[in-house]
Amino acid sequence: MSQTPTTPAQTPEAAAAPPPGPVPGGQRARQGHRRLLTRRDRITLGLMAGVPTVLHVLLVWVTALASIALAFTSWDGIGFDSIKWVGLDNFKHLFENNPQFWPAVQHNLIWFAVLIAVPTPLGLFLAVQLDKKIRFSRVYQTAFFLPVVISMACIGFVWQLVYNPDTGLINSLIGANKPGHYIDWIGDPDLNLWAVLIAASWRHTGYMMILYLAGLKGVDPSLREASSLDGANEWQTFKNVIFPTLRPTNTVVLVVTIIEALRAFDLVYVFNKGAQGTELLSILVTNNIIGESSRIGYGSAIAVVLLVISLVVIIPYLVATFRKERRS
Amino acid sequence: MRHSPSGLALPGPSRRSLLRSAGAAAVLAGAGIPLLSACGGSGSSSDPKTVSLGSNASDAVPKKAFAEIYAAFKQKSGITVDVNTKDHNTFQEQINSYLQGTPDDVFTWFAGYRMQFFAAKKLATPIDDVWAKIGANFPDAMKKLSQGEDGKYYFVPLYTYPWAVFYRKSVFQQHGYEVPTTWDQLVALCKKMKKDGLVPIAFGDKDAWPAMGTFDQINFRLNGYDFHKQLMAGKASWTDAKVKAVFDHWAELLPYHQDGAMGRTWQDAAQGLVAKKSGMYVLGSFVAQQFTNKADLDDLDFFAFPEINSAYGQDTVEAPTDGFMLSKSPKNHSAAVKLLQFLGTPEAEATYLKADSSVVAASSKADTSTYTALQKKAYTMISGAKSLTQFMDRDSRPDFTSTVMQPALQKFIQNPKGVDSLLSSIERQKKTIFASS
Repeated sequence: MSQTPTTPAQTPEAAAAPPPGPVPGGQRARQGHRRLLTRRDRITLGLMAGVPTVLHVLLVWVTALASIALAFTSWDGIGFDSIKWVGLDNFKHLFENNPQFWPAVQHNLIWFAVLIAVPTPLGLFLAVQLDKKIRFSRVYQTAFFLPVVISMACIGFVWQLVYNPDTGLINSLIGANKPGHYIDWIGDPDLNLWAVLIAASWRHTGYMMILYLAGLKGVDPSLREASSLDGANEWQTFKNVIFPTLRPTNTVVLVVTIIEALRAFDLVYVFNKGAQGTELLSILVTNNIIGESSRIGYGSAIAVVLLVISLVVIIPYLVATFRKERRS
Repeated sequence: MRHSPSGLALPGPSRRSLLRSAGAAAVLAGAGIPLLSACGGSGSSSDPKTVSLGSNASDAVPKKAFAEIYAAFKQKSGITVDVNTKDHNTFQEQINSYLQGTPDDVFTWFAGYRMQFFAAKKLATPIDDVWAKIGANFPDAMKKLSQGEDGKYYFVPLYTYPWAVFYRKSVFQQHGYEVPTTWDQLVALCKKMKKDGLVPIAFGDKDAWPAMGTFDQINFRLNGYDFHKQLMAGKASWTDAKVKAVFDHWAELLPYHQDGAMGRTWQDAAQGLVAKKSGMYVLGSFVAQQFTNKADLDDLDFFAFPEINSAYGQDTVEAPTDGFMLSKSPKNHSAAVKLLQFLGTPEAEATYLKADSSVVAASSKADTSTYTALQKKAYTMISGAKSLTQFMDRDSRPDFTSTVMQPALQKFIQNPKGVDSLLSSIERQKKTIFASS
């Protein structure tokens, strides 16, 4: 960015050199200072490191700890003096009285299971096919990846047009929008979760495909050569040679999918706001906290449950990662 | 590049030295300072001739109608109304933090429990001085709706609209239907409509609130206004046999409702009425907004929900009322009071109603001569009512209605048979919510 005035005949090395030393040094030298960092630099660095740290602590840690604390209180969000300590009441009511809680937990689990069972193998399959340098490979890649670029909320709006029971694409095509023969894709609690999951999988497949494609690009071509010299067929090569080398990618895929399942929200919120059949923990949190007279304590309790579930997943992952680092 | 033909660019040397001396940090700081000062500078305007107003009227028709009222006010008083319009739903979701922060002087809101809630939390200023001037313009029922639990006034109502059973006159004529006045007649009519190939009752509950309207109607027809109010206030029990009876009646009617209600918005359900495929529709009179064709709109009519229990007849009308409140510490109190006084006049209401004909004036002094037939009928129905209710989510705690009642009623619509366990679940959840504050 700063080369513009003097660039014409610069070599790459010369272009890379200026930033650390000469540029500030040249001028500073004239002023008599020759310290590694000037006062201004230190302030600058302090701000660059400090501001994000403060923001991170305030917006992530303080809020997370605050919601853990609030989970044991009852608070309508108006004035701090209305916060009342209620102990474990919120959790008790959540586990015993809330008819939406257990379905929500279950749906989050189903969400994860479906994303692992359907779009992940499909994404791997597509990646393997596209990795073979077939004709129009880029076109297919783009087509499958396109949904990943669109926001989940937009996907929700688009799929609603497909699923709308009265005027939607499916019901219009199969004539299931008449009294007596009616399929309520969005409202029927036995159908709507699966309908939403199809939309979610539609997007997730592209995501998985790109991850696996990146993984496959990293597979050493000599491995393939060696296996073909050994006379292995395509399936054998994949099963015994390629797939084992994708191990790191599989870990990433697993983590990404767990995250997707836990943070699932926007698609369903747009689709039917998490009504009968599509309840999710994230939506219960939102419904309780956002509003005119909010149940912030209760909503926080649900958020804490979500946090605990996340930790159960995250902690083993971190432990495994750190262990690996220490070993190497 | 250095010598730009336009001559507007900085001369080469100075630009170069600028780039040299200014590191990335200086650039950042340089960009940051004007940004910050811009933030500080924009919010401060406490002009004595301006009153700020937070509005949830984000739809085109009401937005324009309100703008005309404020223009009329400026002409009369010389005070400018600085309107800050937010999306209707966003406004509702943020009202809590909005009122605790730095709210506008005056804000649009709803009558009933939702108004009383913020009044009790001291997030609104009492406006008895305003009511001393405008009191004569309103009937007693409206006065009661505008008072907080402490008996002080907190609310200036502007307009109201009834909930009723809407239908097409031409459809009733064509098939020779008569307006039902009792429950049995209603059920018989539904049967007839079904035989004639109509969907007897249009229904869409995707947004989860329309079903609450049906519950309200059956409950106050069957159990009366007082019981309904007690139930909404969390005092009566949801496991009471009276409530069970409401669901039993509803279950009797449910097979005549439009299929797949949970996947359909009220707007889509209204299309069935517009297209004459549905015979009736229990909704607020805003259903008229979906009748974009003048001939269709003229064909639209309604009747009060039929009598179920002769002890109560049809004496209660559900009529949600919208209006204005004064925030906790308005910057321009005197101008805000003047504005509220103006909003309580029949002229202000007439200005609004000229633009939005789906509602009627809250004032008993408003000019009704320009009313459409539908508005006249709505006005008669509301002014003749013995008791007015607002709506389940306006008569009860909104956190209870949105987190408990909306999913519960949807569950009932899916499975009308499991009422007993549903009601005891509602009651358990109600106790914890109403006990919390």
